[in-house]
Formats: sequence, C-alpha cells, structure tokens
Amino acid sequence: MTDAYIYDAARTPRGKGRADGSLHEVTSVALSARLLDAVRERNGLEGPAVEDVIWGNVTQVKEQGGCLARSAVLESGLDESIPGLSVNRFCASGMEAVNLAANQVKAGAGQAYIAGGVEMMGRVPMGSDGAAIAVDPSLTFKTYFVPQGISADIIATEYGFSRDDADRLAVESQRRAAQAWQENRFARSIVPVKDQNGLVILDRDEYLRPGTTMEDLAKLRPAFKEMGETMPGFDKVAMLKYPHLDQIDHIHHAGNSSGIVDGAAAVLIGNAEFGKAHGLKPRARIRATAKIGTDPTIMLTGPVPVTEKILRESGLSIGDIDLFEVNEAFASVVLRFMQAFQVDPGLVNVNGGAIALGHPLGATGAIIIGTLLDELERQDKTMGLATLCIASGMGAATIIERV
Amino acid sequence: MTDFTMDKGADGVAIITWNVPGKSMNVLSLDGAAELNALIDDALADTAVKGVVITSGKADFAAGMDLNVIAAMKDGGAQAVFDGVMTLHRLLRKIELAGMDPKTKKGGKPIAAALPGTALGIGLELPLATHRIFAAENPKAKIGLPEIMVGIFPGAGGTTRLVRKLGAMGAAPFLLEGKLSDPAKARSAGLIDEVAADPLAAARDWVLKASDADLVKPWDAKGYKMPGGEPYHPAGFMTFVGASAMVHGKTLGVYPAAKALLSAVYEGAMVPFDTALKIEARWFTNVLMNPSSTAMIRSLFINKEALEKGANRPEAPDQSVKKLGILGAGMMGAGIAYVSAMAGIEVVLIDAAQDAADRGKAHSADLLDKAISRRKATEAKKAQVLARITATTDYAALAGCDLIVEAVFEDPKVKAEVTARAEAVIPADAIFATNTSTLPISDLANASARPEQFIGIHFFSPVDKMLLVEIIKGKETGPRAVAKALDFVRQIRKTPIVVNDARFFYANRCIIPYINEGIRMVAEGVSPVLIENAAKMMGMPLGPLQLVDETSIDLGVKIAKATRAAMGDAYPDDAVDAVIFKLAEQGRLGRKAKAGFYDYDEGAKRQGFWSGLAAEWPETPEQPELTEIQHRLMFAQALEAVRALQDGVLEDIREGDVGAILGWGFAPWSGGPFGWLDMLGAPRAVEIAENLTGKFGPRFTPPQLLKDMAAKGESFYGKTARKAA
Repeated sequence: MTDAYIYDAARTPRGKGRADGSLHEVTSVALSARLLDAVRERNGLEGPAVEDVIWGNVTQVKEQGGCLARSAVLESGLDESIPGLSVNRFCASGMEAVNLAANQVKAGAGQAYIAGGVEMMGRVPMGSDGAAIAVDPSLTFKTYFVPQGISADIIATEYGFSRDDADRLAVESQRRAAQAWQENRFARSIVPVKDQNGLVILDRDEYLRPGTTMEDLAKLRPAFKEMGETMPGFDKVAMLKYPHLDQIDHIHHAGNSSGIVDGAAAVLIGNAEFGKAHGLKPRARIRATAKIGTDPTIMLTGPVPVTEKILRESGLSIGDIDLFEVNEAFASVVLRFMQAFQVDPGLVNVNGGAIALGHPLGATGAIIIGTLLDELERQDKTMGLATLCIASGMGAATIIERV
Repeated sequence: MTDFTMDKGADGVAIITWNVPGKSMNVLSLDGAAELNALIDDALADTAVKGVVITSGKADFAAGMDLNVIAAMKDGGAQAVFDGVMTLHRLLRKIELAGMDPKTKKGGKPIAAALPGTALGIGLELPLATHRIFAAENPKAKIGLPEIMVGIFPGAGGTTRLVRKLGAMGAAPFLLEGKLSDPAKARSAGLIDEVAADPLAAARDWVLKASDADLVKPWDAKGYKMPGGEPYHPAGFMTFVGASAMVHGKTLGVYPAAKALLSAVYEGAMVPFDTALKIEARWFTNVLMNPSSTAMIRSLFINKEALEKGANRPEAPDQSVKKLGILGAGMMGAGIAYVSAMAGIEVVLIDAAQDAADRGKAHSADLLDKAISRRKATEAKKAQVLARITATTDYAALAGCDLIVEAVFEDPKVKAEVTARAEAVIPADAIFATNTSTLPISDLANASARPEQFIGIHFFSPVDKMLLVEIIKGKETGPRAVAKALDFVRQIRKTPIVVNDARFFYANRCIIPYINEGIRMVAEGVSPVLIENAAKMMGMPLGPLQLVDETSIDLGVKIAKATRAAMGDAYPDDAVDAVIFKLAEQGRLGRKAKAGFYDYDEGAKRQGFWSGLAAEWPETPEQPELTEIQHRLMFAQALEAVRALQDGVLEDIREGDVGAILGWGFAPWSGGPFGWLDMLGAPRAVEIAENLTGKFGPRFTPPQLLKDMAAKGESFYGKTARKAA
C-alpha cells in the first residue's frame, strides 16, 4: 500500500470563544479560507493540486452549515476544481479529517488532501445544532444520557481521581503551554490571522493563563455539581448505569476542563509522488489510524480502547511511542489515559493542552497532530500517538512516524 | 342503554348530557363514544343548531375511561388498540374543528363543556377538545389527568393538547405526576377557561356569543409556537434535556408509561397537530400492550377498587362503625384515632395514664395544624375532628362502642387484661379487634369471651399515610367480625386485605425475607451501595438496608430472638443475626439512634454508609451481577407470597398483589408479586428459584404450587380468569 505523508501542518492561534475574543469578528468561512490560503502559499499548491479539502466541524449550522468545507474552498485562493467535505465526529472531527485523507491516499484515491477543521465556538455556540441523544427519550433512556461534564466526573469517581489530581494536571498544562510560547515552540505551525488589509488580528493563543496555581484553581466551584445533584439530577441517571457508585465526585470546573475558543487547523497530506511533484519534503508518515465506539454514558473513556486497538492493529506496543497528545477535554480523561497505560506524564501533552490553550472542537484533532509532529522534531524523536475522547462514546487515534 | 342524550333548545344551543345509567360516575365506553359521535354529527348537520354544550347529568362530569374497557381492548392486539384510539381522536378532532372551513377557519359551531364537578382522564380530554371549558364553583371537584398513576398516560389527545396549550414544562406536573386541581386552581393553571356558579348557563351564553376566531385553537392558527419552545428551540432544548433526565432518574427506568409519554411529547412537538395525535396513539398503544400497564391497571385500579368495595366481604348487614374504642394511645392508637375521627367516627381513646391519652389525642391536633398550615384544613374542621375524640383512662367510657381496636404493648398478658376490661363494658354484639403485628390472633382470642367477635386489624405505620389495612381472621373469627372490619376500613378510606392467622400474617411475612436477604449480602461482602441500588432499580421504594434502618434494628433483633425461640434448631437466619446483633451491640439501632447501616447527621438525615460496615464485612473484589442481586431480593419476597397463598394465609391473589404494593411498596410497576411472577412465567420463575436454591440455600426452594403451575403451563391470573369464566 502507498504511504501517506504529512507535508505541512498549520493552525491559527486560538482566540477566546466569547464576544470579547480576538477572533470573534472573523467568520468561520474567512478563518478557514485564510488558513487554506496559507497552506496553499507555503506549499505552492496551484490548480487542482489536491483531491479534496476535508474539514472537521462540529456545530454545522448557520455560517458553519451548508457544507462549510466547500464554502471555505470557494472563499480561499484554492482552485474551484477542488471540492470540499465537512465531517463531524464531534471533538475528533479534525483528526477524522486527517485520517480519512491519509487512508484515501494510502488506498490510491487521490494523491493529496488538505485535512483539518475549524470551530468558531464564540460565534456558533456548541450545542446549537441540537442533538437527539440529549432530548429524544427513546435515546436518552437507552443510552443513559448525561452531559460530558458529568461523564468526566464519573471517570474521576470510577477511577479514583481527586480534585487535586485534576487541578495539578491543569496547573501543569498551563505551565507547559506558557513555556512553549516562551520558547516559540509553536512557530512552525502558527499562522497569524490577518484582516483583508493584511493587518494582524491575532498572532498568539490568548486563552492561556500563565502562572495559574493550585490556590487559584481551588477557588473555582465545580461546574457540574448542580446539574448532577439537583436540577435536573443527572447523577441519578448515571447511577442507574453504574449502580455500584454511591455518589459522583464532581471535581471538574472551568479551570481543569478544556477552554471554549475559536480556531482552525490544517494538515497537508499526500503520497510520495505528490511531494516530488511539488518539491516538498515529507515530515512524517501516518502510520496508523483508528476509531472506536464505547459506553456512551461514561462517554469519554475512548482514548484507552482506541489506543489499545491502534497499537494492536499496527503491531506496536505502548513502549514504542515516544510522545503522546491526549486531548485535555477534561483533566480526568488524561489522568485515566496515563493510569491505564502507566505512561510517564512527562511524555504526554508536552506543550500543554486544551485546558490551557482551548479546544476548538472541529479543529483540535488536527491541531494536536501538528503539535505532536512539531515536538517530535524538536526532541528529535520518531513515533507519536494522538488521541481524543469523543461525545456519545467514541474514541479516535492517529500514530505518526517521522521519516 | 344510552350514555349521552341531546336536547336541542329553542335558542339554537344543543345540550348534550352525559349520564351513564346505573353508575354514580360517568365513564366512557366504546359504545358511549359512538353515541357521542352520532350526536355531534347530528348537531353539526342541523342548521337549527347554532352551538353545543356538553355537560353531565350527574354531580360530577366523568371519572375517565372505563379501565375495564381498556383492559379488554388489548385482547384485539396492537392494531385494535391503535384503531380504537384513532377513532377517539377523530371524534375529538371533529368536536375541535366543529365543521369549520379548513382554509378560512370560519363557519364552525361553538362547542363548550360545562363541568359540574370532577373531570378526570377522558373526562378532561373531551373538554380539552371543545372550544371553552366552564367548571362549577365546586372546591371539592378534582380536575386532571391521573392516567400515569395506573401505568398509562393520557392517550385521547390529552397529552398532545395540554403540551400545546401549556408547553412541555407547564404540562409536566399534570401529565407526569397526574396532579389534580380544584376548579379555581385548574383555571389559573390554564387547564380550564372559566369557573362559574352555573357552568351550564355560562357555557350556553358563551356559545351564543362566540365568534369564528373564538373557535380556532392556537395550534390550528397560523404561526403557532409551542409555549417554552419545541425541542430544538434553544429554550425548549434545555427543557427537554432536563425532562428526560428527571423522568429517567425518578422512574429508575422501570415505568414504561413515563418514557412513552415523554416520547409522545417530544416527537409530537415537531410535527403538525394531527400527526402528533397519531404519534400519541402509537405510544399509547405501545404502553397499553406492555405487560406492566396491564399489571398496574389490574392491581392499582380494578382490584384495589374491588377490594375497597368489599369483594371479599361476607354477607352481613351494614356494619359501619359509630363509636370506636381504642385501647392504648401510643403511636398506633393515636394514628387510628386520627383517621377514624377524620372519617366522622366518635372515638374513645384510652390509656393507663391521662397524660398518655392526652398525648395520643394531641397527635390529631398536630396533624391538623400541619394541614391548616398547608391550607388543607381549617380551624373549624380541627375543632370538629378533635371534638370527636375523648381521651380518658376510664374504661366506662367505652360503653356503647360497636368496635374496639386494641393497640397496647405487644405483650399477651397486657393484651388479655385490657381485653377483659373492655369486654366488661362494651355491648354484647360489639366486635373486638387487635392491632398486633406479631402475636397470633387465635391465641389472643383466648382472652375474649366471644372469640367469634374477635379479629385482627393490622395497621401500618404511620397510620395516616399508609393505605393498607390487613384484616386477620383467627380460628374462630366469625363472618360478621370480618364484615365489621371491612366496613370500618371502608369508612376510613383505606384498602383492606383479609388473611388468615399465621406468623407475621402476610405483609411482614414477605418483607422480613427481603430485609434479611439484603443483610445476608452485606455479610457475604456484596457492596451495600450495589444492594440498595439493585433494589431501587427493581422499583422497591427503599433498599433493604435503608428499610431496616427505618423500622429499627432492635425490632429486627427482637423478631429474630422470638422466631429463633419458636423455631428452635430449624432457625435459618444465623447469617442475618450475625450482622444485626453486631450493629445492635454497638448501639447502631437504625435511624432513630442516628446510627445504623447508614450514618446520620444531627437532624437524623441519612448520610453515606457507616464506614464500619466495610471494615467488619469487607467487600469482595469480585461483585455479583446486578441481576443476581435483584433476583435474590425479589424472589425472597415473591416466593414467600406464594407460600402464603399455598398455606392458605392468603386466600386471593388480588389481595396478595394489592397488599404488597400498598403495604410495603413492592415494585408497583409489576402489579405485585403474583403479577411479577406471571410476567416471568412460572417455568422461568421455577428455574431462577432453583438456581438460587443451588447457590444460596433452601430458602429459595420453589413452592409446590409454583412448580405445578409451571408443569401445567398455568399463570396466577390466567388461572383465576378461567375460574371466573
């Protein structure tokens, strides 16, 4: 089978996903198109240079609706012969875009793809596309639906993580992200967002809070306690599914959960011929991809079984992986991953994660692949694994190998 | 038989009067619906008729659908139920659209409902389809949709109409909790439109004045939006997310009607009205075909009512109690005094000391004060009720009592003494009842000079809240005593079961094994959390460990000691005693001691499990399957119920089921232990019981009765049904 290589990985800085966030004035289409333009320019992609643009995006309504991928292509300088495909696998949409592209390249369906994603969470609020699983009684009863925050708290309760464990991870995420920026470790992938006059709108991640301490976090109130214990009482639903649990420990809050931000990321993937034709040097091979469905109630444990699956299918073991990116959707998700595989915390999310930097849903999967590759290069290591937990009980993973 | 008649007035208003012959309350039958349909057709076609008022010829409007008819509808299968419900929808929709032009919405005839009193179920669903509802100023009238209480939901458009009228949030208490309101509250909630001194006259006036626009329901008008938003409206989304979680958490997933109702609301909210009715009919059919609704209607409605109306009452003249004597003014005596005085019975409440008797009477005053603070009673009512209770130490005051209820210490000597003292004063034909829960009636009857007039009337605590009364026949108890007890229970508006005299009678006999099974599991190292949740997920209101904490652990110890004394070497519950004796030794006597299986705070509010449990009986690393725990807890009760039937303690499975639900909260969704075993099927039940026997011991040995049924392919209710036919 043909190999699929990463030739480039780029992302916008992440803006706060609020009315006063720096990217709030930028449309989803424009942010996507400017990033596509950057990839086009950085790699000299003229005409029908790529087969398709596969664009992850979760909340596909309003400006993000109507096949945003195609709109973004048309708004960008890419050739109109390049189509566009919007994909939604919730938080792993950006990763799924990369994996779809890689697997099509491997199978010979096209030489190259741009894959990535966008989410303007401040402009198109999370959940505004509706979701039957949260409201259709036929589904809610069958799946024992609870919101993700409750699921994250169930993980903490089931696997024994305390509020302090979670807060320590959050403090470390902030410390690492701040250090990464200080040392300019994101330089290769960051594409500043500019306006139509070339004026810079945002050139740095703006969500992080350097210097966050345990004491700072201790002041924050649990975010999911009220909805769990009183109105409407999701804990009761959770305990129907897990009757051995006496109560749910509500340890998560705004400071140890991922941030709501705006942002986009893109990865250029192609086979060897594509690289030669465009004079590009491959940076890494997409070694393996995997996705899996898991228990939808605890919902966010997917990284563990999907990692087991990808290792099994690729004939690798956990010890073969040099560095990990495990999306920091909630602290307990990462804690559970490290507990399950007994991996050195120093190898996981080396430059911080979504707790410090934010989690633009549709983009994050592509962002962490880029971050992983940059860090493998910086440390001159070979094999990296990126994985995310996914709403409704799924998991996704990608293994990349430097070449 | 004519249920509906129509009188076309000279003013052009046709009055349709609902008056089912031979019944005190109107209920809708299929024939009745067909009659109403013909009358509506006539009224709409008759040019002399300008409008219609639908009212009742009785003091109340209607009690609902004839549940016996609903039970019978199911025999035709899902298609028959669905077709039947759709026929009803077409009738109500015809009333609602009233012949108006579908495009212009003009030219319809106004149709109003005039409710003289109570309007429940279809008795409200029909008015909801009219254009305006008038109710009488009758604070005793109850208006609402109580279907959910018997395991179904409003399926004649009530669900769809109420949600469109009030929004999902506004309709929730009426649909999901079956909340009933008096006319004034019903009006302010928007269930009905007007309260009038003469609702029929008011309705007639309105019909004569109504304009075309008055007839168009909001959901039939252009631009209708559901109050509070449909499921994918931002506000509506939050409502529906919350509704699912709340209903799921509250019903623990064992009540199919609540989930089906929610589905009908959710799916119906996103489509036009007529499509929503079709969706409602599909879910209603689904619930009706669910064995749980059959079982719940059977036990909670049909059989409960039959028992209350004296299904097992021996032939005897009216035995209503006029003057009641209560011996012992403790918690039980005081409670019995309250419910009796509330029912208008004159009460003599006797205790050895005057202050004890006064305290017993004060219990009624306390309960009435609470009711007054919740506006459920008045000072006048309190004075009236208290005036009926005479608290005294003087046995002479018992003169003229036609019933005595003895509620003194559980000590045969004390009981014998008060029995003799009372019998010396009361009329020769008076009935003497004991409220004992542990002592054999036949033994206590030895103290009576007239054992055929001696009976057990076993109340449950707290008396004012618990709906069941267990009547126990001693060896010599005569039929008049049984009739007396039944008439008394009817007066105080509780539900009776009549059983024969054997250790723990029926309810306690079945609940003790449930508690013991939970305690055994603690000793085995099963997680107490898992035990309690397993029970609740089967629909038990309290887990066995919480239950024993509530009833008190020293009571358990007392019962255990007495049972051991009675049974000798055959005593089977050493494993249970090992746990409760240890708790009792440490003063952990349950909630009253603020320490039991659970910890309690200063206000006796339950906290988590006592940490000493895990230290004393560590949880095993491998925990049993949830289903196994549930089978143990449920079979402990259900097999005991079958044994009670087999031994003749129980004479009627209807009493076994109704008594189990009302007496100790046995999984109401199942219709009771016999209903539950029928759902499993006797062969499967025997198989499970035999597996449990192999694993946990002979207490799970299936009774011969059950084995015979399995062999013959019989079921409890199938058998009864055949006998009746």
